[in-house]
Amino acid sequence: MAQATTLSGRQWSPPPLIKNPWVRWGLILGAVIYLIFALSTLNFDPARVARGMQRSGRLLLAFLHPDFTTRGNLIFTGMLESVTMAAISTVAGFIVAVPVGFGAARNLVPMPVYLVCRGLIALSRTFQEVIIAILFVVMFGFGPFAGVLTLIFGSLGFFSKLLAEDIEEIDAVQVEAIRSTGASWLQMVSYAVVPQVLPRMIGLTLYRFDINIREAAVLGIVGAGGIGSTLNTSLRRYDYDTASAIILVIIALVMVVELSSGWIRKRVQ
Amino acid sequence: MLRIDSLSKRYPTGDMALKGVTLEVPDGQVMALIGPSGAGKSTLLRCINRLVEPTSGSIWLNGIDLTRLNTRELRQARRKIGMIFQEYALVERLTVMENVLAGQLGYVNFWQSWFRKFPQATIDEAFRLLDRVGLSDFPDKRADALSGGQRQRVGIARALLQNPELLLVDEPTASLDPKTSRQIMRLINELASERGLSVIISIHDVPLAQMFAQRIVGLRFGEVVYDGPPNRLTPSVLNEIYGEEDWNASGPAQDSEEKRSRLGWSSHPLRDPLQKSVEVNRSQ
Repeated sequence: MAQATTLSGRQWSPPPLIKNPWVRWGLILGAVIYLIFALSTLNFDPARVARGMQRSGRLLLAFLHPDFTTRGNLIFTGMLESVTMAAISTVAGFIVAVPVGFGAARNLVPMPVYLVCRGLIALSRTFQEVIIAILFVVMFGFGPFAGVLTLIFGSLGFFSKLLAEDIEEIDAVQVEAIRSTGASWLQMVSYAVVPQVLPRMIGLTLYRFDINIREAAVLGIVGAGGIGSTLNTSLRRYDYDTASAIILVIIALVMVVELSSGWIRKRVQ
Repeated sequence: MLRIDSLSKRYPTGDMALKGVTLEVPDGQVMALIGPSGAGKSTLLRCINRLVEPTSGSIWLNGIDLTRLNTRELRQARRKIGMIFQEYALVERLTVMENVLAGQLGYVNFWQSWFRKFPQATIDEAFRLLDRVGLSDFPDKRADALSGGQRQRVGIARALLQNPELLLVDEPTASLDPKTSRQIMRLINELASERGLSVIISIHDVPLAQMFAQRIVGLRFGEVVYDGPPNRLTPSVLNEIYGEEDWNASGPAQDSEEKRSRLGWSSHPLRDPLQKSVEVNRSQ
């Protein structure tokens, strides 16, 4: 019983993330000092903000009377172009991304293939879509073709990275079981890997279609076709009524696509 | 006949999972492989069909050295070695029938398997096997909708559709209740004797092994420490395989009262149900 009493009244608190108290408090202090200096360099100019407020007030007022009709035709064709760009690039992106995604899964392929595919993914994911779009516009001229290429390139990195990660987490025993029957590599992939990642593949496709719709709207601003071009033109002409109509249409479209893709994804899981 | 000759496996981590195992399994023999976790049972099974690459030694199945085959030859050899897994290892999102037909993947080309166009003879055989294991009613049910016992039956049907000469069975009952475990072991046994298969079953449940196997091999630290008939597994042999334990005791140890007071536990009422469950476990 003597030992039992020594076991009571012993203090306990969770171990800190960083053991050394000097390092821990030093890091916190450093972060606070950095934040203060960073804020002081921001050059915050109240007068400029006030002028900007006036302009944004006019823009926001325009939202109260958006003009869908005057340039209705342009808005419609621009929208259609954006949706078409998104659809084409989602499908094409998926087709090129599947082999890359399988090649980038460490548990399926030998090291050299893995490195090449991971390199492709890294390349695609390094640059923001707008930067790639500018590049493609220079290479292939203004218009939706440059936009579609941009979106395919972006979808490639997105699809193949997430697909590879999903493949790396599949149940290895199912793969063992199929291998043990004497199946070839392709048969193993089609019987043990594809069924495990299929819902995810469908989900990713719909999700990427979402993203591509939004991206397609932005890409027009750098001249890569779609509704963004129309928006850009109307803003340059201070035609805020049309601009607000375009923005409202984009919001509506994105919401519809997001809601329906979410609904389909839920059904697939 | 299967002959394993001084088989060793060293994992990249440096663990020697198998240290020169030599065994011979004649046609038609059901052999149980027992031993503590980490003794190398799973590694031994997986070395035979080379899901795990052996480090040294050779494995002869009906005159072919499995350790020297190239990829293509290995695939052909694997068709003759059926495997049944602990967690059933069915492809969860495929149907029962697709899982069973997977047993014939080694015999069809990629497009046939992609479009599920298996020869009619194969489909007939698959239905016969499903009927034999008692699952003829739902070939199109998804595998993840089945109970544990049903899944293991699908696993058995898949392995048998390979028309194997050797069956490797890895802990077939570890995830099943006692009754289902016995039914599954009985089924494997019956099917093996119907077809004259050699079977190697790794299993934790020693009484179950004794009940169904003609021969028991005990592994410890990657070495064979017992090889003989089931009825010669005496407590001293079990000690050698698993380590010290009072194998005849049917309840909590005699000194439990003393131990408890030494650890400073009072006779708390909450401890009683726990003790009962320990008793039940031991008596199984």
